[in-house]
Amino acid sequence: MKDFIIPPADWKDERDMGTPAKQGAPVTLTIDGFEVTVPEGTSVMRAAAEAGIQVPKLCATDSLEAFGSCRLCVVEIEGRRGTPASCTTPVAPGMVVRTQSDNVRKIRRGVMELYISDHPLDCLTCSANGDCELQDMAGAVGLRDVRYTAPEGGMATHFAPRNTSGEANPEWRPKDDSNPYFSYDPAKCIVCNRCVRACEEVQGTFALTIEGRGFDSRVSFGAKTDDALTSDCVSCGACVQACPTATLQEKSVIEMGTPDRAVVTTCAYCGVGCSFKAELQGDQLVRMVPYKHGKANRGHSCVKGRFAYGYASHKDRILNPMIRDNVSDPWREVSWDEALSFAATKMRGIQAEYGQKSIGVITSSRCTNEETYLVQKLARAVFGNNNTDTCARVCHSPTGYGLGQTFGTSAGTQDFDSVEHTDVVIIIGANPTDGHPVFASRLKKRLRAGAKLIVIDPRRIDLVKSAHIKAAHHLPLRPGTNVAVVTALAHVIVTEGLMDEAFIRARCDWDEFQDFAAFVSDPRHAPEATEMLTGVPATELREAAKLFATGGNGAIYYGLGVTEHSQGSTTVMAIANLAMLTGNLGRPGVGVNPLRGQNNVQGACDMGSFPHELPGYRHVKHADVRDLFGRVWGVEIDPEPGLRIPNMLDAAVDGTFKGLYCQGEDILQSDPDTKHVAAGLAAMECVIVHDLFLNETANYAHVFLPGSTFLEKDGTFTNAERRINRVREVMKPRNGCADWQITQMLANAMGANWSYMHPSQIMDEIALTTPSFAGVSYTLLEEKGSVQWPCNADHPDGTPLMHVDGFVRGKGRFIVTEYVATDEKTGPRFPLLLTTGRILSQYNVGAQTRRTENVIWHEADLLEIHPHDAENRGLNEGDWVKLASRSGETTLRAKITDRVSPGVVYTTFHHPDTQANVITTDYSDWATNCPEYKVTAVQVSPSNGPTEWQEDYAAQAAQARRILPAAE
Amino acid sequence: MSPEKLVRMANQIATFFKTQPKEDAPARVAAHINDYWEPRMRAQLRDYVDQGGEGLDRAVMDARAFL
Repeated sequence: MKDFIIPPADWKDERDMGTPAKQGAPVTLTIDGFEVTVPEGTSVMRAAAEAGIQVPKLCATDSLEAFGSCRLCVVEIEGRRGTPASCTTPVAPGMVVRTQSDNVRKIRRGVMELYISDHPLDCLTCSANGDCELQDMAGAVGLRDVRYTAPEGGMATHFAPRNTSGEANPEWRPKDDSNPYFSYDPAKCIVCNRCVRACEEVQGTFALTIEGRGFDSRVSFGAKTDDALTSDCVSCGACVQACPTATLQEKSVIEMGTPDRAVVTTCAYCGVGCSFKAELQGDQLVRMVPYKHGKANRGHSCVKGRFAYGYASHKDRILNPMIRDNVSDPWREVSWDEALSFAATKMRGIQAEYGQKSIGVITSSRCTNEETYLVQKLARAVFGNNNTDTCARVCHSPTGYGLGQTFGTSAGTQDFDSVEHTDVVIIIGANPTDGHPVFASRLKKRLRAGAKLIVIDPRRIDLVKSAHIKAAHHLPLRPGTNVAVVTALAHVIVTEGLMDEAFIRARCDWDEFQDFAAFVSDPRHAPEATEMLTGVPATELREAAKLFATGGNGAIYYGLGVTEHSQGSTTVMAIANLAMLTGNLGRPGVGVNPLRGQNNVQGACDMGSFPHELPGYRHVKHADVRDLFGRVWGVEIDPEPGLRIPNMLDAAVDGTFKGLYCQGEDILQSDPDTKHVAAGLAAMECVIVHDLFLNETANYAHVFLPGSTFLEKDGTFTNAERRINRVREVMKPRNGCADWQITQMLANAMGANWSYMHPSQIMDEIALTTPSFAGVSYTLLEEKGSVQWPCNADHPDGTPLMHVDGFVRGKGRFIVTEYVATDEKTGPRFPLLLTTGRILSQYNVGAQTRRTENVIWHEADLLEIHPHDAENRGLNEGDWVKLASRSGETTLRAKITDRVSPGVVYTTFHHPDTQANVITTDYSDWATNCPEYKVTAVQVSPSNGPTEWQEDYAAQAAQARRILPAAE
Repeated sequence: MSPEKLVRMANQIATFFKTQPKEDAPARVAAHINDYWEPRMRAQLRDYVDQGGEGLDRAVMDARAFL
């Protein structure tokens, strides 16, 4: 006899259990004679599935709450009348269920017969052939014939373009192909409502609805005039995923057919780090489907990860190594050997002439842990210096410093599941619905269930108010005043006695708290005193502070709107103070959670990419750490910190830094003050760009090493919740080598003797040298699916929540956070403040997403400007405007909106022809040199078109991208 | 790097540590710079202080002894 007691969650079990899992006391019942024990609240359908018995179903799927509309899942329950739907019936102790009987078989067959009578029977040519639940259920219930047809001259079906009299059928509607990635074919719809519910429950956008009643019921993208593209739809794919038929279908499946194999891997876009199943035919990717057991995304996805993978096969991809002596020359395609020996000779030559510290590397948060580990090892063990930095420099380096100082480690404290237990959320300097959409969906679900939200952002982001959610408080601060606002929140909490004294006494340094309390209680930090400075109404701020301190579990999520300021590190410390002050650490539903911009920001930092620290956040000044790595690598490690990215560029302009190996990073587009970056690059004698495309930095490169996409290599990414997830080789690298192999070849060309055969060996070396990774291996990841660091002898299964019994550094440290205004000030010449951000459909510099059909949503960067500021300048919607700062000027089109406050303008930085970073300055965070992207004093004026700089830039780029035809 | 940038970066660090309750700003400014500034940058700062240190915060000047 089968006897199931809540079976262990097998991360590879992909059956659809019909309804979501529940938590509760065990309940035992009997299904078809088998005894089953499941948590209270579980549906009969799911209990049956746990016992291995699939009850036929159409409207139920385990990503959605039960709906009970299709009546296919009826069962018999002893002592109950009729045939209840098993999806909506919860289990009860001692219940006796029969899933099969003559009666239920007859009902199911009748239901299917009705469904099929209004469905086109074109299964053989249907795109869902072989992947259609309607087809499966027709088989499962034994449907053999359909007696019903549309009557002559009367009522029509929904699927035939013409009715039985040959006239146009008013019930038939054409396919909606407006979305670039999926089509909606109303003819195939069975109105099961799964898409509508997915859009509501999973995504939280409420773009879909059912219009009409009874026979007129149809899935609709909002208003009658809306199609998929013009509606509120964000193209997350949840509806497509939920659809049991071909009604909502990926266009790639329509074109290619159903996939025949699948590989579980990790998305290479934002720091949420969603797990996906890459589904293929041979080595052709058919679709990316969110993986239901992915612990970061729990089966959800966004438009980028789900659909925007076309860049991997884009014609712009460079597949052969190329070299040139001067950046004014065209590129010359050469063999790997020639390219690497050219690069190695140049780099060694530079070191011979200008010294050991005249070259360096930049690692990328887009690359795997194993790749970044090798790149920093290249600098430390082969170049013999610490000139290694990562693009985290320009995003979350203040997180590293700030959380390191206060808590003792540089990482978010929670897992993403934690949001399900939170009561009050502060979102500061982040726009999750665009930047971290899958987390935003999980947050919105919690908000719809009653949690409260406080948004601290200069812009009225979507979370402030959108379908079925509304922030309790929006504090629209002036860009650059984060520290003043967060310190004022702490002022209210301390002066009103709302802090969690027991937590502070037990967990934090009490003397430092006393200093902090004295500092923060000063009247100059009162919201009334800071209102003039921050623009945040004092009463609103007071209410927000009280809500956060008294509203239950309080969690803080923040993004680059916190870090990318002159006081970025100070704001991170202020946030940590706020969490300690309210006792919001060390349990589910609370914590300090940096939302990482790129997939592997956390990992790149963990892997020692920063110039001052070795893997595991250990400063190079510590002899014991240097000795450890020195022994494993067989070299002596430089005890001095190396150059950070902005310092490399400064040193290049000064003539002491001459060679750079830049992997997967486009500093010319993504780093601030483009002219200065260009000058730095132009001053170098050997720039090696290792990337998928000839990016902007490559305009100044002498060696181009073609990279592999995340689909083409093995490795691991570590997401914002410290989760180490496997990246799996889905197809062979089109460029011939995985990126870790290319770094190894470069190292060996420069005289190293590396012999890694597989990235798992690199991870073994990481585990050997880095205590927080000591327990991590590919074998463990294979077994568990993923694991959150620290993972070692003390935490063999990893660590979902940090600082549970004590802080990593021992006692939590309160740090005084005095507000200091940035030097970047508005004045008569530059009266507006520019702040920058991202948009849902595009990703960072856009190198990937601009090469997909996502451009349909965002083909150019726009300047958001308040109607008041626009009117003063005589600007209309869509006008070309010149945006100028003391660094430079560019032009783009205006978008007039009250999402920004008067005095503030906003743009994205996804397009190189706009070059928002021509405008941004070289001001940076005091502790880490993280650039101050979020505050630039600017002027906006009408314009006729591109500036001279833009035209010169475009001409230089076109010149620099020429490739000589290969010799015959 | 330009002297203006050097001065600004050093002064930013001093500004933070001067706000901290303990009166050890010069030592902490120096510790921060020693931890995060590459030797070339530190040498430039030392030279700049030795040439008079125009525009530098007092705490940076006093930090010179620990650099």
